[in-house]
Amino acid sequence: MSNHLENQVRTCDTTGLPVCLTAQKFIKLNGVFAVIFLLIGAIAAVLLALTRWPAVHLLDAQWYYRILTAHGMNMLIFWILFIEVAILYFACTTLLNSRLFSKKIAWVSFVMMLVGAVMVNVIVFIGKADVLMTSYIPLLAHPVFYLGIILVAVGTLIGVYNFFATVYIAKRDKTYDGSVPLVVFGAIAAAIIAVVTLLHGAVVMIPTFTWSMGWTAQPDPGWYRLIWWGLGHQSQQVNVCAMVSVWYLLASLTTGAKPLNQAVCRSAFVLYILFINLASAHHLLVDPGVGAGWKIWNTSYAMYLAVLASMIHGFTVPASVEIAQRAKGYVRGLFGWLTNAPWKNPGFSAFFLSLVIFGFIGGITGVTLGTQQINILAHNTLRIPGHFHATVVGGTSLAFMGLIYYVVPLIFQREFYARSLAIIQPYIFGIGIVMLSFGMSFAGSAGVPRRHWDVEFTGANLAAGFDSGTHLWLGVMGIGGVLAFIGLLTFILLTVAAVFFGKSNKGRAMTPWATPKTLVTEGDVDATEDHRSPGTMTLVIILLVTFVVYYFANWLALTDVWHVR
Amino acid sequence: MSIHVPDKDWFKAPSGGERIWIALSLIWCLIMFIMMPVWHFKGKQNSTGEAYRVEPAAFVARVEAAIKTHQVGEENGVPIVEPTPGGDAYLLGQMWRWYPILKLKQGQSYRLHVSALDLQHGFSLLPVNMNFHILPGYDHVLTITPTQAGDYQLICNEFCGIGHHLMTGKIIVE
Ligand code: HEM
Ligand SMILES: [Cu+2]
Ligand SMILES: [Cu+2]
Repeated sequence: MSNHLENQVRTCDTTGLPVCLTAQKFIKLNGVFAVIFLLIGAIAAVLLALTRWPAVHLLDAQWYYRILTAHGMNMLIFWILFIEVAILYFACTTLLNSRLFSKKIAWVSFVMMLVGAVMVNVIVFIGKADVLMTSYIPLLAHPVFYLGIILVAVGTLIGVYNFFATVYIAKRDKTYDGSVPLVVFGAIAAAIIAVVTLLHGAVVMIPTFTWSMGWTAQPDPGWYRLIWWGLGHQSQQVNVCAMVSVWYLLASLTTGAKPLNQAVCRSAFVLYILFINLASAHHLLVDPGVGAGWKIWNTSYAMYLAVLASMIHGFTVPASVEIAQRAKGYVRGLFGWLTNAPWKNPGFSAFFLSLVIFGFIGGITGVTLGTQQINILAHNTLRIPGHFHATVVGGTSLAFMGLIYYVVPLIFQREFYARSLAIIQPYIFGIGIVMLSFGMSFAGSAGVPRRHWDVEFTGANLAAGFDSGTHLWLGVMGIGGVLAFIGLLTFILLTVAAVFFGKSNKGRAMTPWATPKTLVTEGDVDATEDHRSPGTMTLVIILLVTFVVYYFANWLALTDVWHVR
Repeated sequence: MSIHVPDKDWFKAPSGGERIWIALSLIWCLIMFIMMPVWHFKGKQNSTGEAYRVEPAAFVARVEAAIKTHQVGEENGVPIVEPTPGGDAYLLGQMWRWYPILKLKQGQSYRLHVSALDLQHGFSLLPVNMNFHILPGYDHVLTITPTQAGDYQLICNEFCGIGHHLMTGKIIVE
């Protein structure tokens, strides 16, 4: 039984799912602003890529650091948080057949987040906060910078509260029967981690703000790093959770995939909740003041159980696609299901590229760089952004783009223009990000620092520099960055054109993106009963072998460096 | 479907390929976990995080004292200090230099104390590519043994203001 108020709900003409109109409004608002922040971040991104490419070296030092601050904030914090609040609102209403708990609270949350984000952007661009997004003390920014972050964090918390309250009233009003759908389960996991994360944010930002006002003493820089990364890293786990939920969602929208074993998928989400809370450690692996035992236990999230969770999803998601495809009759060979997947559906290609980039590049590099001793080779080098542009960009952001290819027609009820451009967009972006990530990773392996304006050290008292091979990798990074920027800009323009000028599809189903045709008629083949997924098994074994090789290659590289304890 | 309420009997043990993959993954996770404590005891490269509280001014005084007793030369106005093998060496990170230049002996170990005067800095030794985080107020002790002779560059890889890219230093190993 639904709990919608009269005239506050519509039935989706494509999926038949109920859409709460209040939730719809805030999904739209949050979505639009998410894309605006994505645009600011994207312009910053191409400027950064063109500055770190030594042959171009576009910006001057001051603007490089300023733009770097803006890029980090707008991308990692604003784009991601605004879109995630939209995803939460969607999951708790449409998928639970419930109304949104409170319109007022949604407004409060949205306005706080927006005001905070605008404050941060203004203060950064007028040059009063050149401290990078981590604002490591004793670096000092204008108080408005910290206040803006606090507003965004608290605003997001309030939005998350609205989500939990909606989940609660849905349960109370029995709007659904049984357990919550898997995607909602994943969203709940993300929201729980988000609460812990945002509380860390409050704990670290409030004393920093009062210090910047001159009211209290300077917090300890080691303590600051510990707590800040409680925010900074766990928020990445929110992103992973949200991304995995979106994978499940897109897999089912684009191929009709069903999770094989819900208990396994859900347990994996629970592992995230239980074991991620230790994660700030892997940013402190070569820090003073925290001991080896603490570093080892915490960097591995207590024996890598959160990594286990990702490896499980990395199997169950493609396996569900494989089984759905085989059931449709694509049974030829190991990979017939994959070659016949709807590669011309940007929802599918974005999702699958995200899965591959996240797994093969982001995941493997992340675990390896987060290994206590190996971090000596990687801390603060370009390997680090090389890693996370394959997780939160090629993984999470790309998955969210895939989602938006459905959100616009289904929630905004507008059609995309230039659909052939949309079809290739995920590939352009994906290839660009992979190049960027490789370029950064290899340059970083030679020791090229991240957050550094001039790797030729022009004018330094004692000379330093890198060889030409390393410069070549920085060129690959630069070209990949430009390509990714083109892909991202294409996405933004397509979305803006559709949202503001697209043809309405009210009253009819959306113009479908390609979905695979069913080759067999129902009951024809008992493929439907076949729950084997040999293709996926092959893929994950390749993944595991790659992982093992990369991991031990890094240990080997470590044996070459000076002895240290 | 993952967007619908699951069947009532959704709680099932994993089976088939899924079970095999979970087992393989778990084994791999445990191997990765074990590697770290093993390396801590058997390996030669570890970050123990050994550190002591120190006031920046007090640390500067120690650096100056070491220069006074162990200076052996000068390069571009920066003193070259040759600490006693097996003894303490001091390195200060400040906006924007690593100070002083150190001269070490291959195969000898040193207790290298590194701290920052003003902001956070990143100790990055090239081309070996070893990286440690340096905080003001913390005397970070790295017990190091250079394994190869040569001239090594030190750069800073934590943002420390507009002159961050000018922050360099040097370690000579012979
Ligand atoms: C067109 C796509 C993108 C390109 C070309 C790009 C490129 C870059 C470059 C060149 C840097 C500077 C690295 C350095 O100098 O240390 C950077 C930093 C960063 N990027 Fe991106 N990026 C893109 C998208 C994104 C997205 C979507 C996110 C987050 C969701 C993101 C998050 C970050 C973060 C957190 C940093 C580190 C900032 C810091 O060190 O303070 N990027 N990116
Ligand atoms: Cu520095
Ligand atoms: Cu620096």
